[in-house]
Amino acid sequence: MTNLELPSYLTQSDAVRDRFARLKQRPVILEVKNLQKEFKSAQGRVTALNNINFKTHKREFVCVIGPSGCGKSTLIRILAGLETKTSGHVLLDDKEVTGPGPDRGMVFQGYTLFPWLTVKRNVMFGLEMAGRGRMATEEEAMLWIDMVGLDKFANSYPHQLSGGMKQRVAIARALAGQPRILLMDEPFGALDAQTRARMQAYLMEIWQNIDVTILFITHDLDEAIYLADRILVLKAHPGEVQELIEVPVPQPRSPDQFLSSEFMATKKRLEELIHPPQAETENGDRLNMVRMVPVNDAVSSVF
Amino acid sequence: MIMSFILPLLIWSLLSYVPFIWHPKVEVTEPGDAGYFTRGMLVDREVFEQEVKKLTSEHKVVPQGYRANPVYLPAPLEVATAFYTAFTTKPKRRNEKWLYESLWDSIQVIFWGFFISSLIGVPLGILCGTYDFFSKLFEPFVEFFRYLPAPAFGALAVAVLGIYSAPKIAIIFIGTFFQQVLIVSNTTKKLDPSLLEAALTLGAKRITLLFRVVIPGIITHLYKDQRILLGWAWTYMIVAELIGTSSGITWFITQQARYKNFDNVYAAIMMIGILGLSTDLLLAKLGRRLFPWEQGVG
Repeated sequence: MTNLELPSYLTQSDAVRDRFARLKQRPVILEVKNLQKEFKSAQGRVTALNNINFKTHKREFVCVIGPSGCGKSTLIRILAGLETKTSGHVLLDDKEVTGPGPDRGMVFQGYTLFPWLTVKRNVMFGLEMAGRGRMATEEEAMLWIDMVGLDKFANSYPHQLSGGMKQRVAIARALAGQPRILLMDEPFGALDAQTRARMQAYLMEIWQNIDVTILFITHDLDEAIYLADRILVLKAHPGEVQELIEVPVPQPRSPDQFLSSEFMATKKRLEELIHPPQAETENGDRLNMVRMVPVNDAVSSVF
Repeated sequence: MIMSFILPLLIWSLLSYVPFIWHPKVEVTEPGDAGYFTRGMLVDREVFEQEVKKLTSEHKVVPQGYRANPVYLPAPLEVATAFYTAFTTKPKRRNEKWLYESLWDSIQVIFWGFFISSLIGVPLGILCGTYDFFSKLFEPFVEFFRYLPAPAFGALAVAVLGIYSAPKIAIIFIGTFFQQVLIVSNTTKKLDPSLLEAALTLGAKRITLLFRVVIPGIITHLYKDQRILLGWAWTYMIVAELIGTSSGITWFITQQARYKNFDNVYAAIMMIGILGLSTDLLLAKLGRRLFPWEQGVG
């Protein structure tokens, strides 16, 4: 890949540039201003997130990517209101976020379906919390279940579903409350490659058809490029915004684009940002390998 | 499962019915000239043989007998018979109870002890497991109290509550309650916190969180805990029934042991075992019915 002649990831076709111009005209749904998060640990105060600033616009798909330990999970948990911030602002529709609430739907990596409820009752949970009547709730829940293609499983319990199906229920459950923004914390991280690809396609379809803004955390570069309008790249120690990349791959996306030059150029840039060359041997984390094959062995070298 | 019952039964049968295994006693059938032997008497084999040797050398009539087990090891068949006859035998004195009445007494005592304990212990345990505040408020004392052996309160319970059922219920309560609070609290603490977080992002508030997530989330484990605790309650029952006027199945056991009717004693002990096991199996079956989402609750 390194020797390929690639255009710069900053080069955008007219259509893409035009789309981004329009995208930035849309109303801002979520705004993060000077967000700071410190943890107290045995070594004193550790800054997990430092000076994070970004905006997401209506119906935009933003991916957050970064090396492990960059605080991307902490970031999304603060946005969801599950963790407190040390300083700064999180504004949803220009209003300060104070705690968890149904206006920000969340999908976790571990599915977190309620095992004692059927698929239908799981999806109804949020609606019932909003104090809606049982009859209307049930009908609406079925609508969402039908939409993620699980109407045959409405009365099944979560343990009877596969990982991909569970995550579809979790998405339906989060969307049923019609949140302003859908926060997804590595939702497909536990799925196998095939299921994951299918889930990505489903998610794209959902996003295209529903009025919802998505903030999606992943550590998979391909996934980020394939899904996102813009990618927020974080770096670790402390967690800071390294770059906000406008993905030059035209919409609507399809798996064919994985080998397009825009895709490769973006991926090359992400590789540079996330896997800097010296990172491997840092703090002595490597194998102590010595040759343990006899010199005169039948296969003396694997090459 | 059947096999695990057959094995001990087989050992017991071998010990009882194969004469050359163990059988340390001799039951005298014909005393002969041995002065102190009487018919039906159980003597040690050594003593019997000595007597035989002595009498043979003195050319007197030799006593006859066959090898037998001590009176405290009745054979399975005797116990099985006793199991049946214990129910059909009239009590010896008029003011004594039939066996089934004694058993029913025991079951009532255990039910009330366990019920009252659960009524307070389970909610308290859930509170301690959910809110740090309650955990800090109650758990240290409960932790201390659970080391105080319940039977130690026997005399006190009788002094306060009289001699009938109340002190017995109190002992079962003391024995169960403090363990129960800690076990339930611990079970509650093990609930996956991400389920609570998911519920929060779906708009659940404090009280609904407790009733709609915490309780259904732990209910299957709670059910298992209760089954284990019920087993403990049975253990405490035996002690409890010795307090005040001895009653129930324990009264039957001590009474029969006094008469040396060990077959009845074994039968009664087995009744407790069978009652305990069948309750547990029944509850397991009920659990599978109640919690269809849980595989292998039983």
